[in-house]
Formats: sequence, structure tokens, C-alpha cells
Amino acid sequence: MFKTIKDLWSITKKDLLEFRRDGLRLATFFIMPIFMMLLTGFIFPSQNTLKNLPIGVANGDTKEISVKLERTLSELKISGDNSAFNVKNYNSVDAIKEGIQKQEISGGIYIPADFDDKITNNEQVSVTIVEDQSNPQISQMVDQILTKVADGFSSELGKQKINMIIIKSNPGAAKTDNTSLVNSIMNPIKAEITGLVTGNPNYFEFVAPGIIAMVVMTAVLTGLAASISREKEQGTLDGILISPINRLSIVLGKAMAQAIRGLIQGAIVLLLAFIFFGVSVHGNLLLVIFILLLGIFSFVGLGILVSAIASEQETATQLLFMFQFPMLFLSGTFFPILLMPDFMQKIAYLIPLTYAINALRKIMVLGAGIGAVRNEMLILFIFGVVTLAISVPVFKRVITR
Amino acid sequence: MENIIVVNNLTKKYKNFAAVDSINFSVKKGEIFGFLGPNGSGKTTTIRMLTTLLRPTSGHASVAGFDVVDKSDEVRKHIGLVAEKIILYTHLTAKENLEFFGELFGLNKNSVKSQSEQWIKKLHMDSWLNTQVGAYSTGMKQRINIVRALLTKPDILFLDEPTLGLDPQTTHLIREFIRELNNAGVTVLLTTHDMLEAEALSDRVAIIDHGKIAAQGTVSELKSRVKNKKNATLEDAFLAITGTEIRDEAKGRAATSGGGHMFGRNQGNRVR
Repeated sequence: MFKTIKDLWSITKKDLLEFRRDGLRLATFFIMPIFMMLLTGFIFPSQNTLKNLPIGVANGDTKEISVKLERTLSELKISGDNSAFNVKNYNSVDAIKEGIQKQEISGGIYIPADFDDKITNNEQVSVTIVEDQSNPQISQMVDQILTKVADGFSSELGKQKINMIIIKSNPGAAKTDNTSLVNSIMNPIKAEITGLVTGNPNYFEFVAPGIIAMVVMTAVLTGLAASISREKEQGTLDGILISPINRLSIVLGKAMAQAIRGLIQGAIVLLLAFIFFGVSVHGNLLLVIFILLLGIFSFVGLGILVSAIASEQETATQLLFMFQFPMLFLSGTFFPILLMPDFMQKIAYLIPLTYAINALRKIMVLGAGIGAVRNEMLILFIFGVVTLAISVPVFKRVITR
Repeated sequence: MENIIVVNNLTKKYKNFAAVDSINFSVKKGEIFGFLGPNGSGKTTTIRMLTTLLRPTSGHASVAGFDVVDKSDEVRKHIGLVAEKIILYTHLTAKENLEFFGELFGLNKNSVKSQSEQWIKKLHMDSWLNTQVGAYSTGMKQRINIVRALLTKPDILFLDEPTLGLDPQTTHLIREFIRELNNAGVTVLLTTHDMLEAEALSDRVAIIDHGKIAAQGTVSELKSRVKNKKNATLEDAFLAITGTEIRDEAKGRAATSGGGHMFGRNQGNRVR
């Protein structure tokens, strides 16, 4: 046992030293997570990143209330001091549609000519929101904000009208604050939203655990297979095999080197997420590391199997790409699994990365403890044991075939 | 002299192709044994089986008294290998390479230093120890490769084309070094395409062709088989035994590249 550990540590040290000396691999090691993180963080829009979205406003009315609505839209602030919209004025719905077609604007709102008159005459009036159907993600956000503004504006108008009705029926009420009564009529039920943690997690907080898990676990998967295949190609594997070292020490030593590299990359990703996107770990950081280690353990067997099958580094890389690419989308890294079709959800739950991401998300975003991630831990452990039990004998057999 | 390598009906098959077909030979302790053959004849496959890197399909071989399959761990304690590919990491220095491989054999840094410094000096590599191997010429790499193979003071040194691609000076140095090692008691099994080298170094020779032993004996015995030629050379004997036909290396033969392979693959369609 002691010899196995000593031997695997020799392999680990050598692999890490080799890696440190290889300038190109070292550069890629740091650039890749930075690039992936920044790209993911900045290309996926969220309400927090939304600002100065160009929208069109066609105000067919010129009276006070419609102008006030128009001004509300122009002056709407979001995430600090940034304006939500960059408002462009149009004459009509058709003009707004043309503007969307030319991609001058990402949506628009039409205020009809009889807007003020209808409100004044206690009639319901419709404003038309025109959406950009070529970009569902943006248009969904624009729709939500415009609808919220319209509803908010409508609610204020409604409260004013009810206040007037109250005063009309009870002139004495003019001297009192009727806000509470008005609110109880307008919104008898008020929904209060609370979460498990303070603050309002953004989309990137959803994505970050997935990226961290993916970077760490695929470092082991691809790194291990590539490392073994490279040694086969170079001939240096013979030098190791001809020594009295245990075959298991070879793969475990290499897996440990890759795990250390993966964890460093994971730390880089977490640091970038913290600095640039305000992501924080609400739960226990040690538990995060433990889950990542379990995730690595679950992937080692697969890495060993691929390296046994692939005789060349290029073949190993291509085989692994076949696994990695679908994993990226099926494991819930970027999109919730619940939104996928049923059959794809079933596939997602065959991938160990899915469980690692679920566990990390629970810990990092919701502050969950070990009790809440017991199932994920067990599944990752079982997956690791099973794949190692299959792959190590295959590797030993193939390596001296 | 006792036999230190004994090969009985050793065979290696890949699907329907026999890379090595029921070969028999033995190597005496303390001799330099030349193992010759055309490209694709099975030389490297044989060496890989004897050095426990490849599992025979059938037959037996013992090295230093230990079966290569059942007692592979024991075999490894007694052998050193200079394979066709240089077994060194290019991003590590020579010193780091030697320390790493020494560590795998249970040698600490001091032991590696004490055991390798005489050979390093003899092979004129002492001023290059702290330079990364990637900066070396082929000859320099091969010299350190040989030192690596000698770290454990093996009883038997397997040399697979040790002077291939080297300049005459380095070739001369390595040949002299092999003689010196042999004089110190190391048994050498050497494969080479250089007939002059084989003739100069070998005590006995086996010629393998199409996976079978075509001839074996002392150099003189093999030369005497050449008819109608005075002062025949080992090359003459070799060609007389194997023929002058160019070997078609691409006839669907599986190769024995580093680490073995599950499905048997062609590495440039060559079998060695």
C-alpha cells in the first residue's frame, strides 16, 4: 500500500513538473478557464447585465398621461444608475415593426391616440407591445420589463382613481392617508418573495457551478487520457512499465496530477466568477472542494478506459470530444434539465457531471449542507467505483497485450 | 556457460497473423547476442515479450531464470531496455529523468547519482545533466537513454537498434561502451540493421525472418553457410539466409507499438 502511494506520487510529481516546463500547455491552462468564464459570463444576458436596450415608442397620444408613460420608459433605471432602455421614437406600430425588422430596435410599445381619453373616462385602454421574435431571449426580457412598467403605471393610476372614489364617498377622507385602504382594494393579496439566501442570484450564479464542475472534471477526463496516450506515443510509457511499479499507481498518479491541475483551474474559475460577476459561495467551501474531488473520482475510470482504447493522443482527444460536447449541454451547465424533453432528462441523469453540478449548485447558490447532497455524493462515488472496477483491469490487460 | 535467456516456442499472434511464430533460442550469460532480421520480421515484438511489455500468445520465455509472464516483476529487476524510441521526457533535464526512473526502481537521488556518474562520464554527458533533454541531439539523447537503462545495474541489457540514426563518432562511442559493459559481466541482446556492428560486437547471432528463426549460431558459423564466396561477411550470410527480396511492410500486418493495443493497429504498417 505504502509502495503504491509512493509510486503514484512519483508519477504525479513527474507529470506536474513536465507540465510546468511546457510553456504552451501552461499558457493554455490559464487562458482556457479565463476565456470560458468571461465568454460565458458576458454573452449570456440577464436582467443584471441588461442596459440601454434600444426600443421603439410610438405615442399616438399627446396628452399628459401618455407623455408620463413615455417618460417612465425613458427614465427607467436598472442595475444601479444604468438606463434600461435607449428609447427611439416612431409614428406607428408599423414603423416599430419596420424598426425591428431592420434590427434598429429590440422591441417596442405603441400607445394609442385615445390613451388619455379612455383613462379619464374610466375605460380600459390597451397598449401594444411589439416583440422581436428573432431573438427570444432578449424579447422575453423586453416583454417582461415593458409589461411590468405598464402594469405598474396602470396600478398607480388605479390607486389614484380609487382614492378619488373614496374621497367622493367620504369627503373627510381627503384629509387622511388612504394608501392602506387603496392598496387593500387594488391588491388584496400581496405576494412576498423570499429566498434561502440573501440577495438576488443572477443567471451567472446558476451557470458558475456548472462551469467549475465541468472545467475540473473534464480536466481529469481529457488530461488523463491524453497524458497516457502521449506517453505511449513517445515511448516513455515503456520506461515506466518496465519498472516494478504497480500498474494501478501509474493511472492513479496521472489522475492525481490531472486532479491537482483541474482543481487549480476550478479555483481560477471561481475567483473570476467572484471578481467579475459577483458570484459567491453561500455554503461551505470545503464541501464544494469535496464534491469536486468526488466528481474527479467519478471521471477517472472513464479517462482510463479511453486511454486504454485509444493508441494515439489524437484518437483519445477525438473520443473524449464525443463525450464532452453532449455533456456540456445535457448536464444542466447552461440550462435547467427540467426544461429539456423527457428523454433528454433521462440521458442527463446518466452523466455524473449532472450530479456534481446539482450538488455544487445546491451548496454554492442555496447554501445547502452535506445532508442535501447525500444522494449526489453517493451516485458520484458509485459511478467512480464501477468505472474504475471496469477500466483498471482493461488498462492492465491492454497495456501489455 | 549457463543460459540467461531461454525462449521456447514463443509465439505472438494478432488475430490471424503471427508476428512471432514459435521461435526457439537461448542467450548465454555474459555474451553479446545479435538478434537480426529484415524490417517487419518480429525482432521488436520478441524483445517486447522478453522485457514483459507484451504478453506472448503461447510458448514460454525465461529471463534471468524467471518466466516473463508469471514472474514479470522479477524479470524487470534484472533487465534494462534501450528501446527503439528514446525513453526520456524532453521537458525534464537528464538529471531529473534519471532521478524519476531511479525512483520507480526504489533508488533515491544519491543512489542514482552514485550509480550513474561513471557511465555519464564515460559517455561524455557530465556537463549536460542540467539541460532539458529536448535540447539534446539524437546522439546525446541516446547516451542518456543508455545510462537510464543501466540505473539498476541490470544483468541483461536489451538494445533495440541503439545506433540507428547516429553519427559515426557517437556510434563508435556507444559500441565501445557496449563492449565495456559486456566485459563487466552484462549480457547484451542487441538488434541492429548494421551488419558491421552485429559482426563486430556479437558472440552469437540469431536471424529472424517472417516471425521465425531462420538461422542461429556464431558469426563464423553463419558466414560459413555462404557458398561460393571467399571472405563472406555477416551481411552476405544474412542475405543468403533471408534473401534479397524487399519486404512488403504493408500487407495488413499488425504492429507492436509502445504499450500494446487492444485491437491491434498498424503503426506505419510496420511489424518489428
